[in-house]
Amino acid sequence: MKLKTALMGAAASLAFAPAALAERGSDGEVRILYSQAVSTMNAYLSSGTKDVEVGSLVLEPLAGFNEKGEVIPRLVTEIPSLENGGIAEDMKSITWKLIPGLLWSDGSPFTAHDAVFTAEYCMHPEGGCAQLARYEGIEKVEAVDDLTVKITYKDAKPNPFTAFVGATSPILQKAQFQNCLGPAASSCTDQNFKPIGTGPFRVTEFRTNDTVMLEANPNYRDPAKPAFATALVKGGGDATAAARAVMETGEFDYAWNTQIAPEIQAQMEQGGTGKFVNAFGTLVERIEMNMTDPSPELPEGERATAKHPHPILSDIRVRKALSMAIDRQILVEIGYGNAGRATCNLVPAPEFFASDNTDCLTQDVEGAKALLEEAGWTDSDGDGVRDKDGRKLALLYQTSVNAIRQDFQSIIKQWWNDIGVEVELKTVDPSVFFGGDAGSPDTFQKFYADVEMYANNFDGTDPEPYLAQYTCEKAPRPETQWQGENVNRFCDPAYDALVAELVRTREMDKRAEIAKTLNDMLTKDSYVVVPLVDRGRLSAHANTLGGVVLNTWDSELWNASDWYRIK
Amino acid sequence: MTEAPATLTLPRPPRSQWRDVWDQFKTHKGAIVGLTVFALILGAVLIGPLIWTIDPTTVNLRARNQGFSAAHPLGTDQLGRDLLARVMAGGKVSIAVGMTAMSLSILLGTTIGVLAGYFRRLEGPLMRLTDLFLALPLLPLLLLMVTLFREPLSRSFGPEGGIFLLIVCAIGATSWMQTARIVRGEVLAIKEREFVLAARSIGTPARRMVTRHVLPNVLSPIMVSATLGIAAAIITESALSFLGLGFPPDFPTWGRLLYDAIDQMQLYPWRVIIPGIAISLTVLSVNYIGDGLRDALDPRIRGR
Repeated sequence: MKLKTALMGAAASLAFAPAALAERGSDGEVRILYSQAVSTMNAYLSSGTKDVEVGSLVLEPLAGFNEKGEVIPRLVTEIPSLENGGIAEDMKSITWKLIPGLLWSDGSPFTAHDAVFTAEYCMHPEGGCAQLARYEGIEKVEAVDDLTVKITYKDAKPNPFTAFVGATSPILQKAQFQNCLGPAASSCTDQNFKPIGTGPFRVTEFRTNDTVMLEANPNYRDPAKPAFATALVKGGGDATAAARAVMETGEFDYAWNTQIAPEIQAQMEQGGTGKFVNAFGTLVERIEMNMTDPSPELPEGERATAKHPHPILSDIRVRKALSMAIDRQILVEIGYGNAGRATCNLVPAPEFFASDNTDCLTQDVEGAKALLEEAGWTDSDGDGVRDKDGRKLALLYQTSVNAIRQDFQSIIKQWWNDIGVEVELKTVDPSVFFGGDAGSPDTFQKFYADVEMYANNFDGTDPEPYLAQYTCEKAPRPETQWQGENVNRFCDPAYDALVAELVRTREMDKRAEIAKTLNDMLTKDSYVVVPLVDRGRLSAHANTLGGVVLNTWDSELWNASDWYRIK
Repeated sequence: MTEAPATLTLPRPPRSQWRDVWDQFKTHKGAIVGLTVFALILGAVLIGPLIWTIDPTTVNLRARNQGFSAAHPLGTDQLGRDLLARVMAGGKVSIAVGMTAMSLSILLGTTIGVLAGYFRRLEGPLMRLTDLFLALPLLPLLLLMVTLFREPLSRSFGPEGGIFLLIVCAIGATSWMQTARIVRGEVLAIKEREFVLAARSIGTPARRMVTRHVLPNVLSPIMVSATLGIAAAIITESALSFLGLGFPPDFPTWGRLLYDAIDQMQLYPWRVIIPGIAISLTVLSVNYIGDGLRDALDPRIRGR
């Protein structure tokens, strides 16, 4: 049902877009700037976003994602579903129907055998394919006929939109790549630099780690697209220089990933030649509360484990008060500007899965104070710090070294001081903090602090594995060598039961409902996770470049065929 | 015709050595200017906070990114913290770290250098130890030190005191090698000079020999390396803070002020320039003082 809307949406956009266009190649050259240079056009040989995205101008998957995270058809007639029979009842196979009459850019016909070959190419045991995760669990891929591809999985796969979906798993031409299997993959430089594709452009010149020159694909399936006759992708520099080239000097039409300080964003917007576009994915900067006691007086092995509940933060009223004291809007303004928005959700996107939880967005200092009073924390000795039973309300707040995080620490410390909480700040080198070394006391999993701040996201559009990280048995502890994703040591049997139910559920609407409940259980019902900012993607495009829609679920250049010059 | 001029035989009043040094020091213009500037900086950093009482860590979100004004003579930073207060508070820490770490490193370096140069038997092991320290990768070593000792030290000396001790020791223990090498070279040369031979021939013990004859003659390279050492220590502390190994982030030091401001360098250049000038002025003035001291302490130059 959702897919049908998606299809109709895609069809509608296809119907409206050509109104602004004249014909293929009428708009001259589009100049794109990537602050990281492109080293290959073949997404299977690089995990770098820049290679995958520039490659997507040439190579296309069977289906992609639109800006809402919905699956849209590219080389197929429709998206398989349980209703149309494309996905088998047992969820073990999916069948794709190709659009008849599609041609590669060299004029040869596009068939199901190319897709079968692509799967063989990536799943070759000696190949070292960078996108192997998208082909996980596949038993076989077969061409039922020239226009039908069937993928069979070993086990039931509730989310089969991984292989051949999205810019990270495009279709390669069998005729071009058939000698590049396995160990030969990376030595096929001609093929990797100038792949034959079905996308809107084809490569004319490839200078490694420097520039890619492209021209319109003469055999592209829509005769009116792309509007640009040639495209140039230049690499190198940094985010600030890239933004300046679009926003101030106007040398380029599009700059990728221009993540810069809000003040500089504001200054550049006055440059007048371009504008920033943003889109939000699932990356959320959050504060995690430790549910166990990290006190150094406890013996190693018991410190920060479920044996000793946290003496202060075990009380939900304290956690809620800490959340209420924060003004998320100001954090966004100071740290991210256009590239962030305040959020109360752990799963802020896709829209379909996002809860409507907005309680935390208004700061309430008085409410927070009242809540702490109610919980028994009063300032009995008049030193500005609350206490209870001889214990001070003092917290150790750690995060990784990062200019924005340190600003956040200082601000939040002040807010917490205002409600009578003493805060000690600590910063840890990111390679140690996220390093996961069981021997180091400073990792975020070990969590030898009361609260900690970092950002995390999930891959793809389905939040199930992400929400399943907060079940009891995923808590890091000595027995697991301090590995595990549930860093808060949150443990609620009701939550675990609901996660199990989510794994069993197939209907999308029901899944979304459970995901929202799980999200709320972690955030507004328990304040174990205190989300702060939903961090988005920020890119810049020239005022004269039309048709740009930023997409965080697929390549940023996903709709480059619709781009045109505003005259 | 043959009478001796009486005035020449009149004995001059006895002068203390340090008085001579001071007289010589006064003739070095750069050194006097350096001393004045350094005294001013020290005064500002030590007495300033008593007069300008704004707390350097208070965030004021209504006064972010302000320019120079009466309320904030040096403006405010991206979180509305008063920059003047931060520069003064930062200077106290940076100068203290620089001086202490430098003293520690000079003490270590000179001791090892003199021992290695003077006693032939110690030379091999001590210089190999120096090579070993030179070969150690500094950053992983510091990481290890911080990981191992941060928590116990913070507990016994408080978060700031513990980190101060740790950083001073870390910088001191990893920056003495150049001094040791230079001092050893000088000592080797001086050891062969005639006056040392003469002193030895009248039976001067080794301890006296080192303190009386060798050390005063190697003072100039030590002075130079000490003045350079302060600069290096201030900068190393900045780098450590930047890597998260230094002081807590709400604890201003000059290095941290500089690093914090780099992002907004184009929009608010003075936020980089002010701590930058403070660091440069301190380092430069200490260098000039060192230069003057070196000249004043060298008996061959003194009196000319």
